[in-house]
Amino acid sequence: MCGIVGIFLKDPALEPELGKLLAAMLVTMTDRGPDSAGFAVYGSGTPDIVKLTLRVPQSFNLKDFQKALSKAVGVNIEATQRATHVVLAVPADKVQAVQAQLATLAPEAQLSSAGSFIELYKEVGLPADVSQRFDLAHMSGTHAIGHTRMATESAVTTAGAHPFSTGRDQCLVHNGSLSNHNQVRRRLIREGITFDTDNDTEVAAGYLTWRLGQGDDLGNALEASLKELDGFYTFVVGTESGFGVLRDPIGCKHAVMAETDQYVAFGTEFRALTVLPGIENARIFEPNPATVYFWDRAA
Amino acid sequence: MTNQISTQIVDLRSNPVRELNQALHSLSGGGSSKHWRVLHPLGAHAVAAGLDADVTVEIDGDVGYYCAGMNQRAIVIVNGSAGPGVGENMMSGRIYVRGDASSAAGATARGGTLVIDGNASARCGISMKGIDIVVKGSIGPMSAFMAQEGTLTVFGDAGEALGDSIYEAKLFVRGKVKSLGADCIEKPMEDQHFRELFEKLKEAGVAHEIDVTDFRRYGSARNLYHFHVDNAGAY
Repeated sequence: MCGIVGIFLKDPALEPELGKLLAAMLVTMTDRGPDSAGFAVYGSGTPDIVKLTLRVPQSFNLKDFQKALSKAVGVNIEATQRATHVVLAVPADKVQAVQAQLATLAPEAQLSSAGSFIELYKEVGLPADVSQRFDLAHMSGTHAIGHTRMATESAVTTAGAHPFSTGRDQCLVHNGSLSNHNQVRRRLIREGITFDTDNDTEVAAGYLTWRLGQGDDLGNALEASLKELDGFYTFVVGTESGFGVLRDPIGCKHAVMAETDQYVAFGTEFRALTVLPGIENARIFEPNPATVYFWDRAA
Repeated sequence: MTNQISTQIVDLRSNPVRELNQALHSLSGGGSSKHWRVLHPLGAHAVAAGLDADVTVEIDGDVGYYCAGMNQRAIVIVNGSAGPGVGENMMSGRIYVRGDASSAAGATARGGTLVIDGNASARCGISMKGIDIVVKGSIGPMSAFMAQEGTLTVFGDAGEALGDSIYEAKLFVRGKVKSLGADCIEKPMEDQHFRELFEKLKEAGVAHEIDVTDFRRYGSARNLYHFHVDNAGAY
């Protein structure tokens, strides 16, 4: 199983409510994924600052780390901690330097995401507990994607939870299972893509990263994945300006969407959409199989 | 005063679906209330599933998976949209969906009538075994897959691979068919088919809404019934 929720705001007046809406949607999908939950929130940002979201141990000493890191790279690096995640605000020209320092200054930290707008949080546990731990309800932003996981292809770990980051300001969540993920993983490893887990979704994320690296745009990369990835899937992909949806060619996994003047929202089940304002008058539809959909903020 | 209809109202915001269904199931032996009204379903699953009683259940709002599944005798009206598998395995009775239905509407159902005012998505009537389905909008891909008996009537269009591996169900489509599945072919509409279609529409209560001569008929070419090596690629 697994549950996916996503919301893309058209009306800026709702931006302060984004986290609250996503948290409510996430909880409705608890039956579909009680193992773990995660979410990517696209908030305020500027292209010259890159936010690095790190997963750190409970005992992590933020102050010492921040001091040592700022000293090592020569500028003050702002850091904000939410439970087991730390978001570093790094000037774009210092990202490489910071990433190089992480191995020595915080060897236990794992990079969750990088981008000017994205922050990505995920953890093992019930969706309600996970969203509370990170205070999702008080996050604001333009769009967000969440996932509740019922593991089928790999272990229940934080690293195996969704979303998976696929590149700068990009992330992927998945409902379903891929049957050729080992084969695709081996091929991608030869192409220089690295993997942290045995998870099938990470392979899909890695595949998109690879295609994007080859010069595809996200739409083309998703089209290409229809040929290469075998199995059942509904993917929702977040980018800095919106989100995309792709279902497998037989539409095995459910997906329902709602659109109003204020937002476009995605849910694995209709229940996830019932918590949204104005849902009674929303246009409700199901995305067609093997068709790439995109909702994008005009550049 | 004995004919007065008493309506039993259940609000799913304060009562669990299990309680509602238990109360409806207990009507099989005969109950006092013949009319039930369900409020605020909010996409809940299995609302009014497994009924076996002469009762009318009206649901105000959108329901989740398997609404009115396995229905016998009851009339279930959804004043909203229905999730996957509405009326799955229905045996008899009637289901009306005033909005859209998700995938696998009327799947495997053996009897009764399912009327959907809006659209139905993928696999509508998959493996149907005697149900009559009327969809006033359009249906999604892979509908009537392995359909065995009954009728599927569509006022709008049908998606890809309509009637793949179909047996003896009859498909009437008024609009465009994107593609036909393996062993499904168009067949001529003759007088008996116009009459049959009219009767089915009459049963569904929509006979005078639409002209039966606008419909085209699809069914099995009967080439895949028995294994033949020349057809190996189509199985």
